Amino acid sequence: MNFVFPNEAHVTWSVMIVLYPYITGLVAGAFIVSSLYHVFGRNELKAVSRFSLASAFVFLLFAPIPLQVHLGHPERSLNILITPNFSSAMAGFGFIYNSYLLLVVLEIWFVMRSDFIARAKGKGLVPFICRAVLLFNLHEDDATRRADHRIAKFLAGLGIPMACLLHGYVGFLFGSLKSNPWWSTALMFVIFIFSAIVSGISVLIFHYFVVSKINRWRIDQGCVRAMGRYLWGFMIIAVALELLEILSIAYKQTEEWEVLDQLIKQKLMITYVVLQFGVFSLVPFLMLAISALFKLGDRLTNALVWTSATMLLLAMIWLAIPSSGGHVNAGVRAEHRIDVSIGSATVYVNGRRLGQTPVTYVGTAGEVIEIEVRLQGYATRHERIEVRPNGTTTLTMEAQRSSESQRKLP
Amino acid sequence: MSDDTGHDPKKSRRDMLKAIGVGAGLLLLPIGRVKADKDDKTADPDYDWEKHYWGYAVDTTKCIGCLACMRACRAENDVPAGYVRTWVERYSISADGTVRVDCAKDEMKGFEEVKDEPVKSFFVPKICNHCEKSVCNQVCPVGAAYRTKDGVVLVDTQRCIGCGYCVQACPYGSRFINPTTHTADKCTLCYHRITKGMQPACVQACPKGARIFGDLADKKSPLSILLRQRRYRLLKPEMGTHPKCYYIGLDREVI
Repeated sequence: MNFVFPNEAHVTWSVMIVLYPYITGLVAGAFIVSSLYHVFGRNELKAVSRFSLASAFVFLLFAPIPLQVHLGHPERSLNILITPNFSSAMAGFGFIYNSYLLLVVLEIWFVMRSDFIARAKGKGLVPFICRAVLLFNLHEDDATRRADHRIAKFLAGLGIPMACLLHGYVGFLFGSLKSNPWWSTALMFVIFIFSAIVSGISVLIFHYFVVSKINRWRIDQGCVRAMGRYLWGFMIIAVALELLEILSIAYKQTEEWEVLDQLIKQKLMITYVVLQFGVFSLVPFLMLAISALFKLGDRLTNALVWTSATMLLLAMIWLAIPSSGGHVNAGVRAEHRIDVSIGSATVYVNGRRLGQTPVTYVGTAGEVIEIEVRLQGYATRHERIEVRPNGTTTLTMEAQRSSESQRKLP
Repeated sequence: MSDDTGHDPKKSRRDMLKAIGVGAGLLLLPIGRVKADKDDKTADPDYDWEKHYWGYAVDTTKCIGCLACMRACRAENDVPAGYVRTWVERYSISADGTVRVDCAKDEMKGFEEVKDEPVKSFFVPKICNHCEKSVCNQVCPVGAAYRTKDGVVLVDTQRCIGCGYCVQACPYGSRFINPTTHTADKCTLCYHRITKGMQPACVQACPKGARIFGDLADKKSPLSILLRQRRYRLLKPEMGTHPKCYYIGLDREVI
């Protein structure tokens, strides 16, 4: 018995809701890279440490846009901040988001204060903006530099749990989606964090090469190699966790698996299995392994690291958009009734016998199936139908004039 | 805060707090006004919501699946096509125990014809359960989902941001995002009618008396008497939502 309430046949949460965790993933990942330098002293990442902060800031500013697009009344979105209902998990969004934004802004301010001071001298718009950002205090000596450095280190340390909170919170919201078996797992939080780090490092590598090329900067080879190694390590964990999650659902063979199995074998075969795991995970894994384990020339290393970062970035988009959108849409179980105008015919779905009409096909919403309907004395019908919740397809059977059975009739 | 400026630090702090207080008060002012206006439009001036506590009962043994309730609801509340505030589910159980559930996609056309012979078949009309501990109220981030004192769960359409969290959260599928207003929409128990002493449209339209609306606060109301005389069940009581829609003759297959 699989029945979807009439109102639930409509999809309320779709692609725009899914884009948000993808972007916060980039933010959290990029921030963690900068923290690796600022807090854990990974000096090989110095070249991208400030760059990663700027990336985190830009992505964070953009993150609420898809959410705004999703809302029925974006002009009222500030209500979440003005009149929050604290019993709702979503009411925390504005506070978590804004405190993280504040933290990133402060971190950038303390890390880049010297750069702002250098640019604040002279006349014109840019120096004036720099002076305004510095609150018109251009004083700098060794003591202020030490203080700035100390505060930046503290903020970067604070930023790691905050990044986990920002991103894990989204995981929590999604985990409460009752319509989605794929997401409601305790592993979701950990998967979210690790895929965030992977996409964060990937986007940094991608941008670092592009921006260096445009500005004709000299690429820091040590930094690239280090990022390649980190990317390799974190992607192994992220992909392993994702596989582990599916394996555990598959092994338990619960009702959820019936839905996911069909989803993976039919609708997501190309995007999920072939492209995401086959092409966009295995290939970067091999390329990164080669660049990490063998001593290669700079140009070859750069090419391998950049290509795999770009591929992983695409893989994460793939993970976020079509498959998850697919989870939301197609994860809804649908019961589609197949019937004929006369008698009781035999229905075959994708070549397999389903049963005698009226028969109900249980699948996932949006799935397209090929049916064959056979009834003795009538022309066999072949149809492609889209499975809808509570959908019904009634086929008109036409008598086969020249068939054996008719001729035998008295 | 510094002393060398000549200001009294305590006084300036007090002034600042005062200014913040006034500012916050000004911010809150329009919110109160919006609610007051809304109440004026819908409720009867003599109506006292402290004196009532509305409930609903469905006698599934009486429903004949004519869908007059759905037509009445759509006409009364201007419910957009493709969405429902109330609906009727049909349960058909065949000899081998297979349970089939379906709904009429179009209440003007009615249910589709059944070809096979079910051994047992019945209808279950559904509406919002107006839960005492409703999930939708819990998850609404802006407090646009609210419960009136007389026990009706409503949506403040002036406040709703259309995030759809309540739609995802309701275990009964009672809510939807209205494609015209872009806000959450649901059964209001015809609040505009019941506050004027009338029955909800679906109750009035039902030719068999399968839908019973009444006041739980009044121990002599037909609903209160019915609930004392008959045995009933609630939908998904394990969700802890404490629904206020009571079902008489509910079979175990019903979800």
